[in-house]
Amino acid sequence: MRFFEYEAREIVKQAGIPVTDFGFATSADQAREIAERIDGATVIKSQVLTGGRMKAGGVQFAETVDEAAEHAEAILKLEINDHVPRGVLVDPRAELEHEYYAGVVWDGIRKQPVMLFSDMGGIDIEEVAEKHPDHVGRAHFSTLRPLSDFQAKEVIAATGVTGRPLTRITPILTRLAELFLERDMTLAEINPLGELADGSFVALDAHMDMETEARPRHKKLLEDLGVGSEETRQARESTEFELAGEEVDAMDHRGVAGNVTEFDGNLGLVIGAGGGSLTLFDAVRAHGGDPANYCEIGGNPSVRKAAGLAKLVLEKPGVDKIAVMMSIVSNTRVDIVARGVVKACLELGYDPAEKIAIFRVPGAWEEEGFKILDHYGVEYTDRSVSMHEAARRAVEKIPSSA
Amino acid sequence: MAGTFIDVELTDEARDDAQLAQELEDTCPVDIFANREGRTEIVEENLDECVLCEMCVVAAPPGAVRVLKLYDDTSLER
Repeated sequence: MRFFEYEAREIVKQAGIPVTDFGFATSADQAREIAERIDGATVIKSQVLTGGRMKAGGVQFAETVDEAAEHAEAILKLEINDHVPRGVLVDPRAELEHEYYAGVVWDGIRKQPVMLFSDMGGIDIEEVAEKHPDHVGRAHFSTLRPLSDFQAKEVIAATGVTGRPLTRITPILTRLAELFLERDMTLAEINPLGELADGSFVALDAHMDMETEARPRHKKLLEDLGVGSEETRQARESTEFELAGEEVDAMDHRGVAGNVTEFDGNLGLVIGAGGGSLTLFDAVRAHGGDPANYCEIGGNPSVRKAAGLAKLVLEKPGVDKIAVMMSIVSNTRVDIVARGVVKACLELGYDPAEKIAIFRVPGAWEEEGFKILDHYGVEYTDRSVSMHEAARRAVEKIPSSA
Repeated sequence: MAGTFIDVELTDEARDDAQLAQELEDTCPVDIFANREGRTEIVEENLDECVLCEMCVVAAPPGAVRVLKLYDDTSLER
């Protein structure tokens, strides 16, 4: 889940990293009060969960209190990429000697966080990494072993930063890495990290993204920030299809049959098992398939839930067939999943043999599952057929696929 | 009415046994049996949730309960 900048800055502040004396306002009057308190030039920034604020006019500079209030009023009405601002952040305009970048991001391939640092801050780190790779330092670190200042120091020094800045930035990057772990973040970024004329450093903007599943662990923080439990804070609002998927999953306590994400393709997916859904989704795409959805099924859901999910996917406009595929499952009964998907077809008036492109769920009670599939003429495979091969066979059955 | 995959048969004697009605209700993990005033009633919408655990078959006297697997024409009974 993503945080607004004003929330991210508050998280950074709570972690002991210096920030400016910013304020959050939801009206021009509140913005005026904050600007009066700052008593100097300010920056008024739209609080939206989307990029391109500067280009859209969502960031304005003010010399006076009146100007700050005027900008706030205009920005509060300004939609950016269809996002209505939550409010505005009123920030003192800092005179900077230099801008740096400090970040920590989760590396899903290494399954470790990686610290990033650049002496070219204020611009996209991706751009810096592409055009000036020698200006980006990085190092993975353990989520288990204690974090050392030295690791952060090496990352910073790799960009050529030495002397006092190196000494002063090191604890900031270390603290950011600690914050990343403590708060279950997938992204913790300060950009720019500004160096002021007196040699001190201050976080001028921050981006934070927390693991959605970690929300219950950080209830207090979320309450303090005023983040409601109803706020999903995903990159986009859930579609009706995805919300219906949540309802299916909430039908009963048994297993999982949800986490549905909508795509535009014609091959419906009922997939899961210990990372299997990601692998299978990629496999379908690798074979030229066009998935209609992503989802996760596992943990031995009830027949009702498995059927509910399969029905949802089958009823999605444009879906030609469904592929029911999982990695090897020990805690999900194959016969129960088979019953669910066959039942979905029958209740919608479809022939399971036609609508189920392939059933590849090897695991507990598979012999019983195969009896059901045999009875309805559904093509199935056991574990001797790889997930990739199963995906290929499914894609092959979709007329418009490659 | 049977489920799509599972049906359950009880003898008339077993169906009217108040003690067995309660035992079957308590035993079935997916609520296929309900004790209705001392009589066993089959909860049809739960039939397909049957996990083939055979606990109902074991709880009842021999021959009293049969779980029919409609997809392969076999049954669980004793």
